[in-house]
Amino acid sequence: MRERIIEIWVGFFMLLGILALLVLAFKVSGLSSSIKENGYNITAAFDNVGGLKIRSPVSLAGVHIGEVSTIKLDSMQFKAIVTMKIDQKYKQLPIDTSASILTQGLLGANYISLTPGFAPTFLKNNGIVQDTHPALILEDLIGQLIFSLKNPGGKK
Amino acid sequence: MNDFVNIHGLYFNRNGRNIFSDIELNIPQGKITAIMGPSGCGKTTLLRLIGGQLKPERGNIHVDGKLINKLSRAQLYELRRKMGILFQSGALFTNLSVYENVAFPLKEHTELPDFMIHDIVLMKLQSVGLRGAKNLMPSQLSGGMARRVALARAIALDPALIMYDEPFAGLDPIALGVIVKLISDLNKALGITTILVSHEVEEALSIADYIYVIASGKIIGHGTPEKVHIDKNPEVQQFLQGLPDGVVPFHYPAIDYSQDLLH
Amino acid sequence: MLILEKLRLLGQFGLQLLMSFGRSGIFLAHLLIRKPRFKKSFPLLIEQLYFIGVLSLVIIVLSGLFIGLVVGLQGYNTLNKFGASQQLGQLVALSVVRELGPVVTALLFAGRAGSALTAEIGLMKSTEQLASMEMMGVDPLWRVISPRFWGGFISMPLLMIIFSAVAVWGGYLVGVVWLGVDGGTFWSAMQSAVNFHDDIVNGVIKSIVFGGVVTWIAVFQGYDTVPTAQGIGRATTRTVVYSSLAVLGLDFVLTAVMMGGW
Repeated sequence: MRERIIEIWVGFFMLLGILALLVLAFKVSGLSSSIKENGYNITAAFDNVGGLKIRSPVSLAGVHIGEVSTIKLDSMQFKAIVTMKIDQKYKQLPIDTSASILTQGLLGANYISLTPGFAPTFLKNNGIVQDTHPALILEDLIGQLIFSLKNPGGKK
Repeated sequence: MNDFVNIHGLYFNRNGRNIFSDIELNIPQGKITAIMGPSGCGKTTLLRLIGGQLKPERGNIHVDGKLINKLSRAQLYELRRKMGILFQSGALFTNLSVYENVAFPLKEHTELPDFMIHDIVLMKLQSVGLRGAKNLMPSQLSGGMARRVALARAIALDPALIMYDEPFAGLDPIALGVIVKLISDLNKALGITTILVSHEVEEALSIADYIYVIASGKIIGHGTPEKVHIDKNPEVQQFLQGLPDGVVPFHYPAIDYSQDLLH
Repeated sequence: MLILEKLRLLGQFGLQLLMSFGRSGIFLAHLLIRKPRFKKSFPLLIEQLYFIGVLSLVIIVLSGLFIGLVVGLQGYNTLNKFGASQQLGQLVALSVVRELGPVVTALLFAGRAGSALTAEIGLMKSTEQLASMEMMGVDPLWRVISPRFWGGFISMPLLMIIFSAVAVWGGYLVGVVWLGVDGGTFWSAMQSAVNFHDDIVNGVIKSIVFGGVVTWIAVFQGYDTVPTAQGIGRATTRTVVYSSLAVLGLDFVLTAVMMGGW
């Protein structure tokens, strides 16, 4: 009898552990499996990716549609080639879509924001996004600001 | 007459102190052998050496024909199933009931079904007179009762050798009488080779078939109770008669009394 | 020369520590290199999972809750100064999952379960229960120590996961329910910041390592103790102290390795 009670409690303990793990996986870290299984790749070349990392989000109109899967350097053109994995649900990205690297909030992480174009044909697997805007580098902005403060009203 | 245990040329040290030097000891099979001596002479250590818990510096210990100090771990554990030992404190497992304590060796070493184990446990408890206490926990037992349960546990597997470490210590006269009777009956009824370590002279002499007296790491006397009783060795006599002063001095070594007082 | 004497004592202490460490290593080796007899030892393991794991649940859940509440509160206060209070979810989750979860659970475990294990085994040793078991031909390493070791090893990660989940919920209670941070932002900022592989899995790995180390120390100290009342007292203290130091030290090492800075 005592053994039965012990077994029940241990079973409860393990169940609680598994439950907590599921909570941690899905509610806390937002683990989702859909993108891994069915997604297609598109690539884009950037002059500067800034702080963009692998698994950084890719969104369109603010909606999360995919993530960055690889970032490589093209040693001939000296540009960063970013491969993005897009959820299969969003198959209709026009081929003149543009990609920009933006920042979440003021000090947040970098992500890729896609802005759709107007072309009638769509990007397919391994398609290339031609129009890209690099990340805004804070130092450049500050440099520009200081420069324009020193030279108000145009160059002298 | 075979000897169940043979000890030959035993030397044993602990913490740099020499406990045994050149001990020669034989335990005849089926008989009760008492090992006696003053406190701290190493009687318990001897039991542990026989049981293989300690290894001697030099010398051989044969138990049931096997050289115990050279056995592998597995063989040692195998041999131990034929030995039962009763520790001074009983050493019952405090988280198990009386029944479960006695059933422990049976559950661990045999594949017997539960109903058979049940019967054996009850039989063993009956032989020590504690069958009615089978559901009590060790903490609910008196010292004497705990020792009797430990005895039932020690004989659970019907061992060939049983060793008692100070079984008479700290018991009231009734409990004392019970234990003496049990030790004697077990030996007579089952023919178990019995080693009795004690310093209760009267009780040990009353049931032992053979006696060894150990002091200062050596055997100072041995023989049947009658022979040892009239042994001329002053050390043996001091021990047997309980004389406060003799070969073992009353006073711990100290400087002159008057000097100490006047200082 | 007093200094020479002190140095000699220090050296002796160091050597004893080294010998003790060596003994514990051999002990661990004996414990791990065994052919498991599942039918007999499985019930023992379940029993230990109960005593070690289930009975620690209360302290772990309560501590998790309180830690979550405090981190939520402190985090909110600080973040609010920068107008970044929507990042609260991320702050709570990352602190808990990466560091507080594994470390605090391990420290609590060492104090509650570790010291109990040491005391129990030490007591069995000093009342000669272990010796009598040996003399009965049953290896106490197998019957007493091994189930306790594996029980602790398995319980720790489970407790850590439960702790983390409760703590995050505690942060939610403070931040969203009490202080008015937006619930949706709380969870979404958290989800985008917490990475399952880097954060959660690493946290679980940490707690598995901690579980092994703390249980090993607790069980060894009990087995190795001087069999007197004082000895057991000292052994339990050693368990808690050594475990705590080991956990904190290993935490640094593991964090450094995981952050890739090694």
